[in-house]
Order: sequence, then structure tokens, then C-alpha cells
Amino acid sequence: MAAVLALTAVGLSLTFGVMRVVNVAHGEFFMLGAVLAWVVAQAVPSAPLGFVAALILCPLVVGAVAALADTAILKRLNYDPEATIVATIGISYILQQGALSFFGPDARAVEAPFSLRLQFPWFGYSGYKLFVVVAAGLVLLAVWLFMTRSRAGLVMRATQVDRNTARAFGINVDRVYAGTFALGAALAAVAAVLIVPIQQAHYLMGHDPLLLSFIVVIIGGLGSIRGTLIAALLIGLSDGIISMFFTPTLAKIVATLAVALVLVFRPQGLFGARA
Amino acid sequence: MASMILQAEGLKRHFGGLKAVDGVDLALNAGEIHALIGPNGAGKTTLVSLLSGRQVPDAGTIRFDGADITRLPAHERVRRGIGYTFQITAIYAGLSVFDNLALAVQRGHPRDLSGAVTEAAARVGLEALLPQIAGTLSYGHQRLLEIGMGLALHPRLLILDEPTQGFAAGEIEGFMALVRGLVPATTVLLIEHNMDVVMALAERITVLDQGRVLASGLPAEIRANRAVQDAYLGGSHAGD
Amino acid sequence: MRALSLHLAVLALLLGLHFVLPAYHHANLARIMVLAVFAMGYNIAFGYTGLLSLGHALLLSAGMFGAGLLIQHFGLTAAPALLIGTLAGAAMAAVTGLLALRTTGVSLMIVTLMFAQAGYLTLLYFGAVTGGDEGFPVPAAGRVAFGLNLAAEGPRYLVALGLFAVALMGNLALVRSRFGRVMVAMRENEERSRMLGYNPFAVKLGLMALSGLYAGAAGAFYGVMFGYVGATFATIPYSILPLLYVLLGGAGVTLGPLLGAVLMFYLIDLASSHTTVQLAVTGGALLVLVLFAPKGILGSLRERGLASWLP
Ligand SMILES: Nc1ncnc2c1ncn2[C@@H]1O[C@H](COP(=O)(O)OP(=O)(O)OP(=O)(O)O)[C@@H](O)[C@H]1O
Ligand SMILES: [Mg+2]
Repeated sequence: MAAVLALTAVGLSLTFGVMRVVNVAHGEFFMLGAVLAWVVAQAVPSAPLGFVAALILCPLVVGAVAALADTAILKRLNYDPEATIVATIGISYILQQGALSFFGPDARAVEAPFSLRLQFPWFGYSGYKLFVVVAAGLVLLAVWLFMTRSRAGLVMRATQVDRNTARAFGINVDRVYAGTFALGAALAAVAAVLIVPIQQAHYLMGHDPLLLSFIVVIIGGLGSIRGTLIAALLIGLSDGIISMFFTPTLAKIVATLAVALVLVFRPQGLFGARA
Repeated sequence: MASMILQAEGLKRHFGGLKAVDGVDLALNAGEIHALIGPNGAGKTTLVSLLSGRQVPDAGTIRFDGADITRLPAHERVRRGIGYTFQITAIYAGLSVFDNLALAVQRGHPRDLSGAVTEAAARVGLEALLPQIAGTLSYGHQRLLEIGMGLALHPRLLILDEPTQGFAAGEIEGFMALVRGLVPATTVLLIEHNMDVVMALAERITVLDQGRVLASGLPAEIRANRAVQDAYLGGSHAGD
Repeated sequence: MRALSLHLAVLALLLGLHFVLPAYHHANLARIMVLAVFAMGYNIAFGYTGLLSLGHALLLSAGMFGAGLLIQHFGLTAAPALLIGTLAGAAMAAVTGLLALRTTGVSLMIVTLMFAQAGYLTLLYFGAVTGGDEGFPVPAAGRVAFGLNLAAEGPRYLVALGLFAVALMGNLALVRSRFGRVMVAMRENEERSRMLGYNPFAVKLGLMALSGLYAGAAGAFYGVMFGYVGATFATIPYSILPLLYVLLGGAGVTLGPLLGAVLMFYLIDLASSHTTVQLAVTGGALLVLVLFAPKGILGSLRERGLASWLP
């Protein structure tokens, strides 16, 4: 789904854009959000209430985990790009292990908050999907407003342009980084909470969203949030079209190769300006 | 007139709106020491980057030894005999002095590599420091190593970008003797801010200002040139 | 001289272990030696040349499937299949390197990762031929070379040791050669190397192909000696594995991959015999190494003055 994909991808793009860090554990933050949503749904008896609780709690918890990972690990590496990738691979293994140990190897479904009430007869599928699109759109809008209008967004963009200058102007770069990393992860968690009523939660579910996010972020131009959005919509929509002509596996082969080739021949992305 | 080893015509290199090199012609006679001077930011480093192939010109042609090398990649130019030493020291900081020099020396495929390396080290007075890790050398020694690597390529044209930066007064004397000993087998293009060195070494001088050639000629002519005095010599001497 | 004697001593030790190890560890060590060859190939790219690839599973499986498919579908015997499989690793590395090496750093990591992923998906897509996720056992006839059954315990260990010995001594010779110096120069300062007349792209491509030759050999021998070929060997964890071994043992040290493979293999073996936390062990090891010991064990020892022993 394009909307959820866009959310996840924007989270990844944000961390890369501001911190110049490729977060391989991003898919695992997504998975963590989904798994936690299931946990919350178990704890809260009513489905709608549980959903709202999950929507609030999961991003917070996942964001906190991400902030912790940032200060405890990435900061010590001085955000060296290559070491960070190795470290986030390590984090992703540990998160998978955590989910496997506490959650088990089975896939678990979460009930949609209102699957029955919004079921229009002329809609082929549940109204919940429509809600997801709207909700994702709203969150994206909020992120965009946050980045362009708020003081915190300004600080983040300043840090993106030049870390050292930002530090010289009294910006607490460490906090900005931790916050960005947490925000990026939280966005993945929101996407996951939205998606679990449609897909099931599973400890290995982070893999596909990660790959797709990579594709989106790279085609949109690394670190460009606008490009990421366009690419997410394009790919979300074309995904359905491509898989009508190819089998899903072939579609994935084509997509991964396309990403590799884009990185080789147009590193600034298809929509990015020439450097 | 001596035969020309390098001829550049109409070289241009712009960075956005900034015209770092803006239509420069330069001709080097084989076997001469040619100095390239100009105020900070005049485009000297950018110009020699175009000559050495580290950057691609937006316009213009470069001929070396009769052949058009404008489109040739940097490593090919080095193979044809254009040696280059970096303004910002670029040695292999993690490797020993021996390995640093060997990487240049072994381009010539000598039978006795360690003998040839010792010889190359001796030319810049580093023979006692061969086993030391290059990154732990003093700044002056790192500069010498940088030059030593350029020399060890036995280039036909050696481009030196501010070689004496960071030298002590005593080291400059030795350096000047070294460069004098290179010609006429090697042609030297020398970028230098130290006017005493320039005047003592150079047979001809080209002055660059804001990406253009301000003047070119014998040292005496350059010294007498009003425009040069205004733009550069006067200003910089007054400032010193 | 010291380095040579240390390397020969290690090989002699491995040969001695052949006669004394109990069956379980004997089989493990044969496996470890082949995996160490894979990691040595990775070390050539990453440790010495500075090329951080996340796609070496592609090269491993190119060797494994190159050999395995020829045996399965064309009835080849082990010897020619192993040779072709080994070359397939190098060829795959050269072809993908031609594209991937136009990038550096983080982009290189992602591009190699994507190529490997595409390779894995391709294996699944042609499941009818490759056996897909399940893979296929190597037919008994294909495990025999020159009348020797490579999958039988005794010969298997010795063949693994032979492969390892050739790979190790080849690695040592490379590191001490003039070309070996150029290899390290690419890692240390590519721009400077270019200005000494070396063509960085050509040098890196050659070394990537050599790295692929090692990985392809490891894949081909692994498939034949353990009688199984499967797409799991093309998955991302098999790209991380050699990185882990090399980081642990010491990047840019010839003996690093072997030490890393031994330690990591037994660490995971130990952890999984008591609990089910292999993932956490792998992840934790990566984090600890990257945070506290980026030079690895032998890399740290070398810094403490053992440089003449550990090239
Ligand atoms: N890669 C680049 N991108 C943008 N601008 C550049 C680049 N390289 C150089 N410049 C600019 O081009 C101008 C010329 O720079 P250059 O380094 O050639 O000067 P220079 O004469 O060598 O100066 P100096 O004496 O300080 O070494 C400067 O204004 C510099 O800021
Ligand atoms: Mg300069």
C-alpha cells in the first residue's frame, strides 16, 4: 500500500537526510511497532480502544528504543557511515531475537478497530483501508508541517546542512540526532500499527518494508523527503500494476535491480536535482 | 626557442557562478622551471588540477608532448610522465615511509625495489625514517615525503603545489637545490607563495588572478609589471 | 620469515588435528575451513582493499550453484564442477563489480546488497531448476573426484585443508607482493593512488574478481563436500557472515578470517545448544566489535608489535 509505504520510507529518508545514516534496522522498528500493537491489543479488551492505545503507545516505545540505540551505539561511532550500517545490522538481529523470544515465531493477527461499521456495499473491500490512507496522509502532512514550520524542524534542517556550524550556533546536535532517529523509527511504528489489522504481525516481517523503503528512498533521491513521497506513491501504485504483469518474485527482482542501477547511474535519485 | 612540452589553450573551469579558471593559456618549455603565482583563491590549484587530470575542464585543450590529453584520465597522464604533488599533503598516513615511496618507485618496475626506495628516500633526506609510519612524521617530513613520492615517479613534468609550505628556513635551501638538480631532465611547474623561492628558482613566471592570466614572462618583467604589483606583489608584501 | 613460519605452523596444526579430533569437531573444522576461505575472499575485498560489500552471498552461491547445477543437470563429476563453480564466483564478481564499483562507501554497500538480493530472488524464481528454497542434495556421483569421495569424512577434512592451505598461502603471497601494496593503497588513499598512475577502477575490479574466486571456490567445495545446494546460501545472513568473521578475527590480517570463523562458529554453536539466541549472539557480536574492537583480535595484536608475524 502506497500510503503505509510512504510513511515507512519517509522515516528512513528522514534519518538519512538529517543524519547521513543508513538505518538497516528500520524494518525492525516497523516490525517492533506491529508486534507491540498486537501486545497492546491483547491487553486492552475493546478493539477500537486498543487500536487508539496502540497508535499512541507503539510509536512512543519504538521511538524510545531508537533514541536509546542512537545514544548508546551510533553516537559512540561518531556516525561513521560504514560502521553505522554494520551496527544497525547488529541492532536488527537483536530486535528480531527480542521479538522471537518474547513473541514467538508465529504470525498474529490484530482485529481492525471498526472493520464492520464502515463497510460500504459499493466498496469492494473494507473501509478500514480507506481510513489507513487518510490517517497516513494526515501523519505525513503533520511531519511536513513539523519540518517546515516548527522551530524543531528548522533546527533539524540546519543540522542537516552542516553539523559543525549547527553546533557552533549552540544547537545540541546529539539531541537532534537522537530525536531524528526516534522520529524516523516512530513513523515506521505508526505505519506498522496501521497495517497490522490488514497484515499479520511476525518477527521477520521487517524485511519487505525495509527493502521497499530502500527502493523508495533511493529512487526518490537519498535524503530528499519530497522525492521520497513522490517515489512512494509511484511505487505503491505501480507495484500493483507490475505484479499484474509479472509474478511477485519477478517484480521484486526487477525492483531490486532497478534500485541498484539507479544508485550506480543516478545517485541523486530520479527526482533529485543534479548535485 | 626551446621545444614546448605542455600547451594549454582556453582552459575553463567554473563552479556554479564562480569562475575558478576562466580561459587560461599556458605553455611550458621543456626543461624549464616555471612558477605559477597569484593571490589566494586565484585558481592556481584548480588550473593544475586540470593539467593533471584530477578535474575535467569545461572548455579548452591540453597537449602534452605533442598529444592531446584533454580527455585522458589522471592515472594515464601520470603514466605519460606528469607527476603531481598535492597542496594538502596526501600521503598514505597508515603505511610506512618505505611503502609510501615504494608505491611510487615500483611504477618503474625496478629489479631491486628496496635499493631504489632507499635512493628515493635519500633524495629528500628521509632514508633514516623508512620504517616509520608516515602519519606519525612531523609536518615538514610529511611534506618532504609528498615531494619524494612525486620525484620517485621520475616524471617528465613535475607539478609542485606549494611545496615549501610548512618548511623550516633551513629546509627551503635544500629544497631549492633539489629542484635545481631536476632540470633540464624534468620540467617543473611550481606553485609558490614564497617570493624569494620563486625569484631564485623560476626561469619564467605566470601570474594568475581571478581565474585569468594577469601576466607572463621573465622574473624581471614580472617584477616590473604594474598590474602585478597592484594585484599581488605590492598587496601581499605590504601585508606580510 | 616469521610470517611464513607462523602460517606454516597453523597449517601443520590443522593437519595434526585431523588425527586427534573427535568426529563432531572434526566435521566442524572441515566446515570452518571452507567458510574461512569464503571469509578470506571477503577480507581481500574489505580488509585489504577497503571495499565494504554486503553481497558476498551472491558470490558464494554462484560457486555453489555453478558446481551443483552442472552436477545435477549435466552429470558432471566433482573435479570439473568445482573448477567451473570457482570460476563462476570470479565471473559473477567481475560482472557485478563492473557496475557496483562505480560507487563507493554506503552506495557500494547498498548496491551489492541489492545485487545479492536479486540473485537470491532469481534462484527462487527458477525454482524448478534450482530447487528453490528447498535446494537439492548433490548426487553421489557428483561428490567423487579422481576416485575419491569428497563427502566422506577423512577425505573431506583433507580436501578442506588443501583448499584452505592454497587459499591462505595465495593470500600471503598476494599481501607481500608489489600488487598487494597497491591493494592496500586503494584502501588507504584512492586519490593519491590515482596520482601515482594506478587505475583505481581496474585495480579494484581485479581484486573483487579475486575475492569472488575465493568465495566461488568456498561455495563449490561446500556444496559438494556437504552434499547439499540451497538458496539459503544466497540470503543476506550469508553476506553478513564473512563480515562478522573478518571483523572478529581482524580485517586486513591473513589469519583473521580463520580465527574469526573458528570463534564465531563455536560461539553460535555453544549458544544454540543451550538456548535459541543465535540471532542475538550474531547481533551482539557485531555491535561489540564495531564499538569496542573495530580492528578485531589479530588486528589489535598486530598493533601491539606483532606486525612481522601477522601480515
Ligand atoms: N570543488 C570546488 N567547488 C567549488 N569551488 C571551488 C572548488 N575548488 C575550488 N573552488 C574555488 O575556486 C577558487 C580557486 O580555488 P583554488 O584552490 O584553485 O585557488 P588557489 O589559487 O590554489 O588558492 P590558494 O593559494 O589558497 O591555494 C576559490 O575561490 C575556491 O573557493
Ligand atoms: Mg591552491
